[in-house]
Amino acid sequence: MSLVAGIDVGSTSTKAVLLNGSENHHLIRPTGWSPRDAGTAILEDLLKISGFPKDQLKKIVATGYGRVSLTFSDKAVTEITCHARGAAYLVPELDTIIDIGGQDSKVIKVNSFGQVLDFFMNDKCAAGTGRFLQIMANALGFDVSDLGNLPPEEPVTISNMCTVFAESEVIGLLAQGVSKNAMVAGLHQAIARRISSMVRKLGNYDRIVFTGGVALNRGVHQCLENELSKNVYVPEKCQLAGALGAALIAQDLLRKD
Amino acid sequence: MKVNFLESFNDIRDKNMLTLKEAKENGQKVVGFYCTYGPQELAIAAGAIPVGLCGTREEPIAAAEADLPRNLCPLIKSSYGFGKTDKCPYFHFSDIVIGETTCDGKKKMFELMRKFKKVHVMNLPQHQHQPASLEMMYEEMVRLKKVLEAELDTEITDEAIGAAINVVNRERKALKALFDLNQNKPALFSGSDLLKVSFQISFHSDREERISLLNTLINETKEKAKEGYCVGDSSTPRILLTGTPVGLGCEKVINLVEESGGLVVTMENCGSYKTLDLSVAEDSSQDKLMLLAQRYLKIPCSVMTPNTDRLTLLEKMIDDFKIDGVIDLTWQACHTYNIESYFVADLVKSKANLPFLHLETDYSNSDLETLRLRINAFLEMM
Repeated sequence: MSLVAGIDVGSTSTKAVLLNGSENHHLIRPTGWSPRDAGTAILEDLLKISGFPKDQLKKIVATGYGRVSLTFSDKAVTEITCHARGAAYLVPELDTIIDIGGQDSKVIKVNSFGQVLDFFMNDKCAAGTGRFLQIMANALGFDVSDLGNLPPEEPVTISNMCTVFAESEVIGLLAQGVSKNAMVAGLHQAIARRISSMVRKLGNYDRIVFTGGVALNRGVHQCLENELSKNVYVPEKCQLAGALGAALIAQDLLRKD
Repeated sequence: MKVNFLESFNDIRDKNMLTLKEAKENGQKVVGFYCTYGPQELAIAAGAIPVGLCGTREEPIAAAEADLPRNLCPLIKSSYGFGKTDKCPYFHFSDIVIGETTCDGKKKMFELMRKFKKVHVMNLPQHQHQPASLEMMYEEMVRLKKVLEAELDTEITDEAIGAAINVVNRERKALKALFDLNQNKPALFSGSDLLKVSFQISFHSDREERISLLNTLINETKEKAKEGYCVGDSSTPRILLTGTPVGLGCEKVINLVEESGGLVVTMENCGSYKTLDLSVAEDSSQDKLMLLAQRYLKIPCSVMTPNTDRLTLLEKMIDDFKIDGVIDLTWQACHTYNIESYFVADLVKSKANLPFLHLETDYSNSDLETLRLRINAFLEMM
């Protein structure tokens, strides 16, 4: 038995992955107000669901913004390093990772071993993140998870990326009679443009992987492919890249022991 | 972990306030300088005490924003705010302050400062290697000398300038020797200790005493090193910090690096290594003001265009200090350093093949956690 865990406590959702050799189990749930409680509870529940006794767990690596609050972990590793490792495992031979989470967005350049070569994170605001989409969805009367499934329409130009100003811009456009679907298409395009300029800032790109909760949004995904003129891969477990990376690093730790 | 002797550097700034007050009461003059372009030698030669006024703390920024735009670099706002609120004794005691036309923000800020302080602004050339620039720099030295003579009611002799050049040269050499001790791997000083020493020593009003304090520290550290003393170990990531100036009160990036297991082994910014290898030529046959002009024009600051000497210096420092990664710090709204970061990134990533991190922030602690994440991830790359 070589059971290890990776826990990714993000601003919006908490993810956990258990690895036992090549066997794996996972769980995703909302973080709530306490990153420590969220991280503790998800691990206990995942162990229960997958039928492993707690004392067989050999190593735990924590990541995400709540990583330091999980004092029971063996190591805290940044989500940048963990996402790189996890994404490279899910999609071998990638060179670029776009991760858009609830509260930040980042672009990471990696080598074939999933090691970080360079990275770029967004500014200290919600511009272009999951939170941004959530607030816009509220303003338009949609559920955030539906945004990517709306029928495609010619996008209207949204010029503000600041969440507060973009919301007033959206309300102003609604007043002018712009359709909600055109607005959503415009928001997706605005995010994709912003992220694409981050990608270009880090130099050449060829094989791009898109992770994080926003990768579930097909509209943003499509706009990114258009902006970058490349295929952008979204792995099936796109939200789990960080937790998976953490679990893989936990395996490394176990091997070193 | 730390060299005990460093404690003698803890309160130089505070102690020197009293010295300064006494000196003022005895009729001595004080000249405030904002920037490393200000030739302190001329103030020393005038028999005055030069003091550094560059604002490195957040406290007075809110007061400064009553007059200045918010979207301005924190260094300028802090400097102005300390003056306006009269909370900095060094500003308070200054009979005149010397500014320079380094960047747009500073030169316009000095116009506002004139409302409550005697200000002289040196007109800096922006192109170091044009012959006309040296002529201009020389004319500015002549103008500054005249202003100081008139304001301080004294005569500045060639002999006095020569002596001032000599003592300031020796001080720079001593500080450089101290910094160079950190070429040692493992390092002998943390970045926060290096900052403490270089920042505090700049407030000591006795130049000879400065040199002797530095030399004592150098000798003590060398002795301790022989007994195996070091900071960190040979696997500790060695970081070079470059970009905008850092002083006590705005050293959060250094602290974050060192809390995260790295060491800032050297700093290229002004106040640190940028100017330490630039001595004024000590040639008795030449016009002293020309010798000063030649030296000060060589400072590799981002206000110059192009500023290739900074890249040459960085490349040498990466080598000499056995650097594992470079952090380029830009204070928000400092356009010259922010844009120049493109070339620094290119040098570090493509030529030196090292990890590079560009950080843009201000003096506040509002982004401490997002900075910590970037710095942690950066150190995990090594």
